[in-house]
Amino acid sequence: MKTPRILIAKPGLDGHDRGAKVIARALRDAGMEVIYTGLRQTPEMIVNAALQEDVDAIGLSILSGAHPVILPRIMTLLQENEMEDVPVFLGGIVPDDDIPGMLDLGVAAVFGPGTKLETITDFILDCVQKAQDPAAS
Amino acid sequence: MDKKTWEEKHVAPTIKRFPERKSEFETSSGIPLERLHTPTEIDETYQEKLGFPGQYPFTRGVQPTMYRGKFWTMRQYAGFSTAKESNERYKFLLSQGQTGLSVAFDLPTQIGYDSDDPMSLGEVGKVGVSIPTLDDMAVLLDGIPLDKVSISMTINAPASVLLAMVIAVGKRQGVAPHQLRGTIQNDILKEYIARGTYIYPPRPSMRLITDVFDYCAREVPRWNTISISGYHIREAGSTAAQEVAFTLANGIAYVQAALDAGLDIDVFAKQLSFFFNAHNNFLEEVAKFRAARRLWAKIMKERFGAKDPKSWRLRFHTQTAGSTLTAQQPENNVIRVAVQAMAAVMGGTQSLHTNGRDEAIALPTQEAAQIALRTQQIIAHESGIADTIDPLAGSYVVEHLTDEIEKMAQQYIQNIDDMGGALTAIEQGYVQGEIHEAAYQYQRALENNAEIVVGVNQFTVAEETPIDRMKLDPAIEAAQCERLKALRERRDNAKVAELRGQIATAAQTDENLMPLFIEALENDATLGEICHTLRDVWGEYRPTL
Repeated sequence: MKTPRILIAKPGLDGHDRGAKVIARALRDAGMEVIYTGLRQTPEMIVNAALQEDVDAIGLSILSGAHPVILPRIMTLLQENEMEDVPVFLGGIVPDDDIPGMLDLGVAAVFGPGTKLETITDFILDCVQKAQDPAAS
Repeated sequence: MDKKTWEEKHVAPTIKRFPERKSEFETSSGIPLERLHTPTEIDETYQEKLGFPGQYPFTRGVQPTMYRGKFWTMRQYAGFSTAKESNERYKFLLSQGQTGLSVAFDLPTQIGYDSDDPMSLGEVGKVGVSIPTLDDMAVLLDGIPLDKVSISMTINAPASVLLAMVIAVGKRQGVAPHQLRGTIQNDILKEYIARGTYIYPPRPSMRLITDVFDYCAREVPRWNTISISGYHIREAGSTAAQEVAFTLANGIAYVQAALDAGLDIDVFAKQLSFFFNAHNNFLEEVAKFRAARRLWAKIMKERFGAKDPKSWRLRFHTQTAGSTLTAQQPENNVIRVAVQAMAAVMGGTQSLHTNGRDEAIALPTQEAAQIALRTQQIIAHESGIADTIDPLAGSYVVEHLTDEIEKMAQQYIQNIDDMGGALTAIEQGYVQGEIHEAAYQYQRALENNAEIVVGVNQFTVAEETPIDRMKLDPAIEAAQCERLKALRERRDNAKVAELRGQIATAAQTDENLMPLFIEALENDATLGEICHTLRDVWGEYRPTL
C-alpha cells in the first residue's frame, strides 16, 4: 500500500486546534503523510487543497457548532469535483442527534470527544486500503 | 513586618472601609478561625516567600482581608444567539445571585466580521452572542446598570471597538465613562499561541492594545484594560508551569510595549488583570496561583521598577477547565467543576466562572448554568474555606509546589527572554511547540491508561444516558443579516464612509483610535466595517504552520 495522504482541516472560524493537531501528529506517527491546513478554511479552500494535494482522506475538526452549515457545502463541492470517493471524517463537538444527518450527507465517520487515537488511525487506514485495493475488501 | 503591625497598619483601615462578613469566624466545634494563620515565629524566609495578604510578594493574596471581607465575584461566562436572548440569560443569572457579567461573543464578532460577511457562514450566534452594531450592544446591556454591574468581555482582536460600544451605551444610559467597571480580554498574544481569534499582524495589534491602555488611564480608569490569559494556553494542552510561564511572558511583552509607547508604568499597571485555568490536580493548581502572584510581583517590582504596590499585584479571574469535562457520564462534571473551583478559591481568585456539566457537548442549558453558579455559592457559604485567608499556606507540599512552579516558570521566561521576548518566541513557534508537545504526551498517557479519566478510559458504562442540550435557532443568522441590511439603508452612509476614511488615516499615524471608534459606532458604522477598514491598512496575520 502506498503511504496514505491525509488532509486535516479546520473549517469555519473556530480556533480550537488542539484536537486537529494531536490527530495530525498521531496519523504521522502511524506512518501517514499529513497536510494540515491551519485555521479559518472556507469549504472552497478545503476542497481545493484536497484536490491539489491528491489526498486519500479528509479529516475536519469543528467545535463551534457550524457543522450543519459547513458540511453540506463541503460534500457538495466534493461531488462537483468528482471526489465523492475520498472519505471525509469529522471530529470535534458534534452532538449525538446531529450524527445521523452528517452520515446521511456522506460523512464516513464522526469521532466525538474521548475517541482513542488508535480507533481513528485504524479507521482511516482501513478506508484508504479499501479505496486503493477494492478487491481486498 | 510582624503580624501585629500588619493587623494595625493594613487590616484595620481596610475593615473600617469594608467590614468583614462576620465579626467572628469559627468552626462547628467553636474553634475560632483567625483571619490569617501563620507560623509562630515570622522569620525572614517567611517574609520573603509569603509575606502578608495585600503585601509584597502577595503569595497569600492581593487584599488584606480577602474573602473574609467579600467573596470573589461570581461571574458566569454566557452569551448565545442574539442580543435579546443573551440579555434575558444575564438577567436570569443576576436574579440568581450572580454578581458580575461575562459576555461570550460569537466567532464573527470575535474576528471582526459582520453577520452577513461570507466568512461568517454558519457561525452567527453559535458560540456566543452576535454583536455587529452599537444597537445590538444596547439591547444586550438593556436594563443592566453599567455603574453597578461590572461587565467582562471575552474579546481580543476587536476589543477596542467593543469597549467603544460599551462606552457609547453607557452614555445613552447616563453613565459616564469613569463610572464604568469591567474587563476586556484584549490579549492578542495568546490568540496567536492558542485561541485563534486574531485579525491583524502583531505590531498594529500591540498598538491597538496600548491605545486602550492610554485611553482608559485617562477616561475609563476603573476598567481592566487587558486580561492576560493563561486559560486558553492550558486548554490547548500546556502544563501548569507552562501556563504561568507563557502568561507572564506575554504580560512582560505588554508592559514593555506600553513603556515603549511612552506610558507610565504606575499609571497603566493597576489596570492589568489576569485570567487562569483551574484544572484537576488540586494541590498543584493552588500552588500555581500562589506562584504566579509571587513571580509577577517580583517582575513588576524588580524587573520593571514599578513603585506603586498596586502595580505589583496580580489580580485574576479563573475559569474551571473546559477540556477536563467529559461527554461521557456528564453528571460527573459537576464534581470535577467543584474540585477545580475549590482550587481557585484556595488560590485566592478575584472572580470565578464555573463550567456547566454539559459543556463538553454544547453551550450550557439554563439548568446546567444554575447548578454551576450554585456550586460557587455552596463553596462560598457552606464549605468554610473562605473564612480564613490562604488556608493551605504552610503545607509542606503546597509550599514546595509553589516554589517549584515558580522556578520552572522563571526558567521558561529566561528562555523566552533569550529568544528576544514573547513575540519572537511566538513567531518562531517555540511557545506553540512546547504546548503541543505537552498536549500530545497527555493524549498518549490517556491511550495507555497512564492517566485515568473517569467514564472515558475507565469506569465506563455500556449505555450513556442522554441529557438535554441547548439548541440554537438556525434562523437567527438570516435575521441578523436582515437587521444589518435595514441599518445600512437607514443610516447616513456618506458620514460612515467619511469616518471610515478618518480611521484609515489615523491608523497610519500614532493617533489614539478610541475616540474615532466611538464616533463611528454612534453613526452606525458596523464592527465589520471598522475592522475591514483596519485590515485594508494593516493587513491580516497569517500564522506559519
